[in-house]
Amino acid sequence: MNNGLLSVRGLKTYFFTRWGVVKAVDDVDVGLDKGETLGLVGESGCGKSVTALSILRLVPRPRGRIVGGEVLFQGRDLLCLDERQMRTIRGGEIGMIFQEPMTSLNPVFSIGSQVFEALCAHKELTRKESRDKAIDLLSSVGMPDAAQRLTDYPHHLSGGQRQRVVIAMALAGDPTLLIADEPTTALDVTIQAQILALLQRLREERGLAMLLITHDLGVIAQTADNCAVMYAGKIVEYTDVRTLFADPKHPYTVGLLSAVHDLRPIPGTVPNPLEEISGCNFHPRCPSVKRICRKEVPPLISLTAGHQARCWLYG
Amino acid sequence: MDEKPDLIVARGLQKYYPLSRGPFSTATGVIKAVDGVNLTIKEGETLGLVGESGCGKSTLGRLLLRLEDPTGGDIYFEGEAIGGLQGRHLRRLRKKAQIIFQDPYSSLNPRERVRDIVEEPLIIHRVFESRKEREKEVRRLVEAVELEKDHLDRYPHEFSGGQRQRIGIARALALRPQFIVADEPVSALDVSIQAQILNLLQGLQEKFHLTYLFISHDLSVVGYISQRVAVMYLGRIVELASREEIYQRPLHPYTQILLKSIPQPDPSRRGIAPPPSGELPSLFSPPLGCPFAARCPHVSKQCNRQSPVLTEVCPGHSVACFEV
Repeated sequence: MNNGLLSVRGLKTYFFTRWGVVKAVDDVDVGLDKGETLGLVGESGCGKSVTALSILRLVPRPRGRIVGGEVLFQGRDLLCLDERQMRTIRGGEIGMIFQEPMTSLNPVFSIGSQVFEALCAHKELTRKESRDKAIDLLSSVGMPDAAQRLTDYPHHLSGGQRQRVVIAMALAGDPTLLIADEPTTALDVTIQAQILALLQRLREERGLAMLLITHDLGVIAQTADNCAVMYAGKIVEYTDVRTLFADPKHPYTVGLLSAVHDLRPIPGTVPNPLEEISGCNFHPRCPSVKRICRKEVPPLISLTAGHQARCWLYG
Repeated sequence: MDEKPDLIVARGLQKYYPLSRGPFSTATGVIKAVDGVNLTIKEGETLGLVGESGCGKSTLGRLLLRLEDPTGGDIYFEGEAIGGLQGRHLRRLRKKAQIIFQDPYSSLNPRERVRDIVEEPLIIHRVFESRKEREKEVRRLVEAVELEKDHLDRYPHEFSGGQRQRIGIARALALRPQFIVADEPVSALDVSIQAQILNLLQGLQEKFHLTYLFISHDLSVVGYISQRVAVMYLGRIVELASREEIYQRPLHPYTQILLKSIPQPDPSRRGIAPPPSGELPSLFSPPLGCPFAARCPHVSKQCNRQSPVLTEVCPGHSVACFEV
């Protein structure tokens, strides 16, 4: 783990609500090298999307605040940039794809004008150039009849095609890192397979690094190099993807995998984010809970090179 | 299993929605949401119904419950034709056939307590004379879905997704139905919770001798709970077989593609199958022949002209494809 491209250290993003403080992201470390795909996996509410939003400094304010940590992107701490500098990063060096393609496209503007906008935000282009570039981009994401599509509106397109447009827009600024938050969750399986293959191809062609956020371990297994498992605001396990599936160490990862393979449930439910749990966040659901788990938060323990688990079983 | 009596039989079932493209348009047409479906559900079995969004699987489920009125074909419930039932007779069917909805957030009234939600069907159908008996039944139901007694006076927002789905299940069970349509009951839930609900549904099936139509877009979930699986595409059933047959010997090209498209949770088996090209054809202008012809790798001339009929190719395994 060298993390030349992106290195998130000790990130803490809290939401200050009427009912109390929600520690959505609580001391998270993740990192990516050039060209690497890191899967960030976890169930709803575990903080994986907030991690992505924090990297881009898009956490909804004033309720949400990044209260600690650093986000080093190519050596620069994004948390220290001013808003103007940040805007050149967003959609420029870091592209984004969100889950629901219908909500990331503006329904009252044509596909063309939305792709133009993404292009012109980062480059000085003439009308003709931006049109040609937009057609190029749309064909590179496998959009059929790209030139004719420019005048279409989002509602003319199917879910899969919309997601292709969103991907084209994310690529408009020639990013080195793509953050994809559940890019295929809203799609049917056959379309999901197409989009995953597209992301894989783009990654190879452009040497893109990708932070892929998903709840689907199948998607992780098919696309990621490394994987971080998140639970209740914390990374509980980090390793390369083969080790994760062959030799998971954290009881939560083990439970998650057997839920996927044999549909064996993990007892209990995800903790209420407003309630502070003493010790390990997972201890109320853990089959191998020990006394120390109830009292002290386990650190991320290195097991082998590049394999870490946040569990007292290994401490 | 074969000697079990048929609970539900559908013959040539159709649901066409009239289509108008805005108030000033004269263009007319129909959307064939369900187009000539033949289906038998046996007593005590779980029939899985899979397909992608828009294929008509939910409409088919709602037709079998008569929540939608069919525009053609017949439905029989225990031998009685229910396609044209009205009023009092229809209400009697409601006691025998119930539904569990997908979204546990929108299918429960946020202003009602759990107690009221589960009790309502009992009041509507006047199942019990006294309030006391009704309350006893509500407690029994809540226990059956493994919720606590002190949950009774809480409101839906106080529960997690999995717990809400349990409330929905308790409500569906209240009238002691024989048949339950479970329409994507676990799709909104996290994987670790999905299995809890699936196991609960299985347990309840044994306890109350239920018959399920289990609708889902997720083949692995369907395979876990169903004995037989029907695959739907564009309003038609394209393949129907036992679970083992569907997963080990899928015959219809669509079923094969569907199975290959599931991302395998196994990094050592990566990207074996190239993804299928194309998308679901428009329902406004469905293809003339086989609905799957445009995306099918084995397409022949016949497929574009004629529509294949679901035929039994070996015992218990039916396919609608010319190439099989």
